[in-house]
Amino acid sequence: MSAAAMTDQPVKELGEGEAGKAVEAGRVASYKPAVVGAPVMAAAPAPTGAGLGERLQVALQALLRAFVPPVAGLALLIGLWHLATLNGGGIPSPGKTWDAAVVLFSDPFYREGPNDQGIGWNVLASLQRVGMGFGIAALVGIPAGFLLGRFAILSRMLNPIISLLRPVSPLAWLPIGLLVFQRADPAATWTIFICSIWPMVLNTAQGVTRVPQDYLNVARVLKLSEWKVFTKILFPAVLPYMLTGIRLSIGTAWLVIVAAEMLTGGVGIGFWVWDEWNNLKVEHIIIAIFVIGIVGLALEQALMLLARRFNYESR
Amino acid sequence: MSKKIVQIENVGQTFATKKGTFTALRDIHLDIHEGESVSLIGHSGCGKSTLLNLIAGLTLPSTGVMLCEGREIAGPGPERAVVFQNHSLLPWLTCFDNVYLAVERVFSAKEGKVKLKERTREALALVGLSHAESKYPHEISGGMKQRVGIARALSMQPRILLMDEPFGALDALTRANLQDELMKILAATRATMVMVTHDVDEAVLLSDRVVMLTNGPAATVGEILDVKLERPRDRLALAHDPVFGNCRAAIMEFLYQKQLRVAA
Ligand SMILES: Nc1ncnc2c1ncn2[C@@H]1O[C@H](COP(=O)(O)OP(=O)(O)OP(=O)(O)O)[C@@H](O)[C@H]1O
Ligand SMILES: [Mg+2]
Repeated sequence: MSAAAMTDQPVKELGEGEAGKAVEAGRVASYKPAVVGAPVMAAAPAPTGAGLGERLQVALQALLRAFVPPVAGLALLIGLWHLATLNGGGIPSPGKTWDAAVVLFSDPFYREGPNDQGIGWNVLASLQRVGMGFGIAALVGIPAGFLLGRFAILSRMLNPIISLLRPVSPLAWLPIGLLVFQRADPAATWTIFICSIWPMVLNTAQGVTRVPQDYLNVARVLKLSEWKVFTKILFPAVLPYMLTGIRLSIGTAWLVIVAAEMLTGGVGIGFWVWDEWNNLKVEHIIIAIFVIGIVGLALEQALMLLARRFNYESR
Repeated sequence: MSKKIVQIENVGQTFATKKGTFTALRDIHLDIHEGESVSLIGHSGCGKSTLLNLIAGLTLPSTGVMLCEGREIAGPGPERAVVFQNHSLLPWLTCFDNVYLAVERVFSAKEGKVKLKERTREALALVGLSHAESKYPHEISGGMKQRVGIARALSMQPRILLMDEPFGALDALTRANLQDELMKILAATRATMVMVTHDVDEAVLLSDRVVMLTNGPAATVGEILDVKLERPRDRLALAHDPVFGNCRAAIMEFLYQKQLRVAA
């Protein structure tokens, strides 16, 4: 009992600043199934209904309900934006931005020298950096989280350090990266690594401490091998927490990459924004903001989908 | 009398709490014989689960000696299968895989995959759940989950079946069905059973002996009642059986007169 209390204690401390994340972890575990269940319920009455026409109507209505509000919101945003640009100023109007976007996206993958490449290349370069930094962070962070969650002594040893380092702005790490690696590219990757590792460590560790004692008792009664305990109990139980950590990490990584690239230069969406600012092509900056937002959204959604796939309660 | 399978000698259990040490159990003496069914009954919080966990080896006694087949109980093991109060099925495994995990652990050293799968199916069939083998725990009812938990325990062919209020959370009908099934299974397998229960009727119906615990803290064995009813037992016939009525009355008297629960 006292051992359990010990493992509980430090993680709680470490989780204090993490309240939001803890809530999110819980949400993935328990709230999501309801969301998953909703469309099923909406569709359920359909087969009992009479004809194909009726079913089509139901589907159409569901579609309308799903798409009308967001489209209306977007229209409102563009309308306000249009109004704001009516009497001139530096901000380009939606129309002008659209025209620029059409030109830009008609050839996203051109290459004219190292500092003049299509927006597609820039996004891909940023994604690659994020993938690298995030991938290494996952390789280090997730096992570290398992160890921290499993061994109270480790978590008590490392918690103060993590609490100290976690709130540091990732950009403060950039000079260290530049110093150590002497080049901009690995320095940016390093920054991504250091800022995206914490959510994975903390959420995984928390997941491990939250594995229900009942499941571990089953393992004890069966005298399962350590490997079986890990594959059959620990890993599946921690997976939802881990995926929450991964989702938060990728979000942060994408947030940070833009800033990091602005400082390091080269190819990448962040650098591109800075470049266009120097060229005073403000409409390009607005386009970049949309692109960054959409890519971030896509990353998040992809991971949510993955999380749902691995959420045992909703299967 | 048949062989002693579990011997509990002078066992006490204390817990370290923030307010100092808490004595849950003291001076427990109890022998459990091969093939018998024993119920542990007592008021909530008196230490029934604590005692069962000690027999399971999930916790170790603070004082005294616990022996299973002559050897000291140093930890849990598959020969003492536990049916947990809340079924404790692994939600990411199907019913089949939940049982298979146990079967594989116990028999994989000697038997091939085909035989292991056969054993798993047999165990599920025993509790009448062959049709649900590919379902996940969240897709089946509470009674079915409890039955899978029992199937998992039985599949291991344990020397002793330990059950912590296995039917506690079920409605009366399901509970009666499962009790009947359990009696049949025990008669067929001749397994030893120790069961924690709150339910006086259940204790009398299922057990050869009912162990009544005094109120905690520092609970101990108050009385032990021999249930001298023939097997197989039929719940309808027993309702008018004077022996059944006397046993029932004796337990009620212990619980509600001698150990009247002081409002905690
Ligand atoms: N790990 C523990 N640490 C401290 N006290 C404990 C611990 N486990 C049990 N206790 C205490 O020991 C006493 C007996 O608990 P136990 O769970 O065995 O009761 P029980 O008879 O099974 O009750 P119920 O019928 O409600 O399940 C209780 O007072 C409980 O608070
Ligand atoms: Mg209990």
